[in-house]
Amino acid sequence: MIRALCLLLAAALAMPALAQDKLPPAPYAYTQLADPAQEAKAHALMQTLRCLQCQGQSIADSDAPIAGDMRSQVRLRIQAGEDPEAIRAWLIERYGDYVSYKPELTGATWPLFAAPLVLVALAFALLRRRFGGKGA
Amino acid sequence: MIANFGLAALWLAAALAALQLLAASLALTGRGSALGAIIRPVAITQGLLTTLAFIALLVLFCQTDLSVKLVAENSHSAKPFLYKFAGTWGNHEGSMLLWVTIMGLAGGFVALVERRLPEPTMIATLAGQAFVSLGFYAFLLLASNPFERLDPVPVEGLGLNPLLQDPGLAFHPPTLYIGYVGLSIAFSFAIGALITREVGPAFARAMRPWVLGSWIFLTLGITAGSYWAYYELGWGGWWFWDPVENASLMPWLAATALLHSASVLAARNALRAWTVMLGVVAFSMSMVGTFLVRSGILTSVHAFAVDPTRGSFILALLAINIGAALTLFGLRAASVTEGERFALTSREGALVFNNVMLTATLGIVLVGTLYPLLAESMGQKVSVGPPYFNPAGAMFVVPMLLVLAVGPLLRWRNDSLRRIRPELVVIAALLLGSLAALAFFGVPLLPLLGLALAAVLAVASLLPLRGRKLRTVKLPLWGMVVAHFGVAVALLGMASDSAFTTERLVAMKVGDKVAVGPWELKLDSIEPVAGPNWTALEAAIEASYQGGKPDLLKPQARQFWSPPQATSESALDTRWNGQLYAVLGEQAEDGRWQLRLWWKPFVPMIWYGGLLIALGGVLALLGRVSSDLRRLIARDKIAYRRQRQGR
Repeated sequence: MIRALCLLLAAALAMPALAQDKLPPAPYAYTQLADPAQEAKAHALMQTLRCLQCQGQSIADSDAPIAGDMRSQVRLRIQAGEDPEAIRAWLIERYGDYVSYKPELTGATWPLFAAPLVLVALAFALLRRRFGGKGA
Repeated sequence: MIANFGLAALWLAAALAALQLLAASLALTGRGSALGAIIRPVAITQGLLTTLAFIALLVLFCQTDLSVKLVAENSHSAKPFLYKFAGTWGNHEGSMLLWVTIMGLAGGFVALVERRLPEPTMIATLAGQAFVSLGFYAFLLLASNPFERLDPVPVEGLGLNPLLQDPGLAFHPPTLYIGYVGLSIAFSFAIGALITREVGPAFARAMRPWVLGSWIFLTLGITAGSYWAYYELGWGGWWFWDPVENASLMPWLAATALLHSASVLAARNALRAWTVMLGVVAFSMSMVGTFLVRSGILTSVHAFAVDPTRGSFILALLAINIGAALTLFGLRAASVTEGERFALTSREGALVFNNVMLTATLGIVLVGTLYPLLAESMGQKVSVGPPYFNPAGAMFVVPMLLVLAVGPLLRWRNDSLRRIRPELVVIAALLLGSLAALAFFGVPLLPLLGLALAAVLAVASLLPLRGRKLRTVKLPLWGMVVAHFGVAVALLGMASDSAFTTERLVAMKVGDKVAVGPWELKLDSIEPVAGPNWTALEAAIEASYQGGKPDLLKPQARQFWSPPQATSESALDTRWNGQLYAVLGEQAEDGRWQLRLWWKPFVPMIWYGGLLIALGGVLALLGRVSSDLRRLIARDKIAYRRQRQGR
């Protein structure tokens, strides 16, 4: 019986997810910029920013409130004429590297950038050993 | 009762797997050659027992037997029957049981029908299969028992994640798992061949249908998963480079490479060590994928429960299986020579290039997927997404696709480009022409390359048929043509989606109109509707393409109550040249409704392409199996005649 109660309690505890805060979304969360060129720029940037609340989705693909807030921020700043990479830098400063899907070359990320080069070298070496000297 | 029966069947199957491994080891080391005869029946029985266990769990879920902990935690009596049934594998334990069941069935199936391998290699193969299975039986029985009971019995179950309550759940996981686990056969074949040192064309011909079969299911599973994510998540994305998606892509890349290198081994007795290596790598990638998804180190709709002991268990399994296989490979690789030589300009040369590029792409996906986890364990949180995977992957995929256009035109062993000059001129002209035309319209770089390559491949994939009577073309050749054409079709969809999509985010009153690309949309009404375990608001939208007769689209915003969660059900209008995608959002303060609308030209081609690639695999498989059968029947007839003459 106690376990059944626990299950019921767990179900009840999950309920607050229903009662999400009913604040209206930020102005540009679900509204596009009037200028298509600016909107395209903003959208390209949004696709490379991570929704911090969800599971492996960009802020361009998410219903989470924080993703809406971030979309609004991105659109407002693009509208004010800011450079997309400057906006990314601002968000990274605020939320950490985790927010950007575009890893920057740093002491911690160099293996990511070394990998393609190593793979090219390996592929070249493999093909060369296989066909060495024979040519086309 | 049923739960106890299922658990007993599972323990018995595990015991048989141990017996299979023991008997095979004794038979191979010459200490019990009589034991060799029992291995096949044991493997078949083991497969049947796991199936019985799985059926037991299916029955428990269909009956919503809440005395079983797994059912109580993942099901609900008010859930539609389809999701009670498919919910069997919509949780950690159930999906691992599905994994083990498919593994047992695959092993049993091989034991039943495979007659082409020399008997020692066959015994070694079944030993390998039993070894890998044992680890997964242990994981299931010791760390993820699906048949655990609850006492007292709860009055109601907790229900299934609403995102999973979709017909996709009935199709995507089983197909993907058959693909994943089917590759264990290739793995065991590789182990068997390494143990007995029997790597040659006969081995490749025996292995090829098994690889093809798994690869077909893997292709279908990935295609279905991508389409499911596309319509269910409600933002029109179809691939997110999410670790869970990458987990399915990696075995596919390895299996694709394996398929092609096995062809070289079968036809020309070349690439022997490489093919065996890929056999090991392909299933290793399946296990890495399982580790990523099932260990709880990722949070995802696929990672049902987070339990660190499970993670360590799978990691240990992974280390033992892959470690043992690679050690064996290291010990035997020297004695498995590479085989026949060939020139760069030859069919084999092109296939080797394809293999190296596929493997390098696999490397990129592997690094990009695992590195963030590694960095996190060292206290650094980084994200790796499309800005990394797209360009780094393209570095290898673009050259591979260019060679794919030419490779099938080349002859085996040694050929010259001069021989196929007319075809090369056509291909080059198409490539340059489409590149120039697309650049003129200002298409961004990656979609531009994608569209140009799609155009080239669509034509080049058909060129191997030139000068042949279509009625006499053999099935495997049709398979290759169809699959390569499918690559072109999928590429067209992917590039077109990223280059030409029109997005409209609007707030509308009932009666308002909006234009999305060539479409004119009118919001007719918003009505409440109710389903078996949800309520929803449903919009009715009239959509007319270029002023034609309007279609009615009905996107829903659903609210499930057990567990409580909101989902959006998108509405799609599919035409030959694209898809209109509509999602109903929330109501704004001024009473208007948020709508998200997309016109996505040619986007369905992504999944039609995936289906064509799988169809190509089916044609090739039919061709291979039917010619094998014919050969087998002929051999039996000769043997029968000899026997009668002998008497």
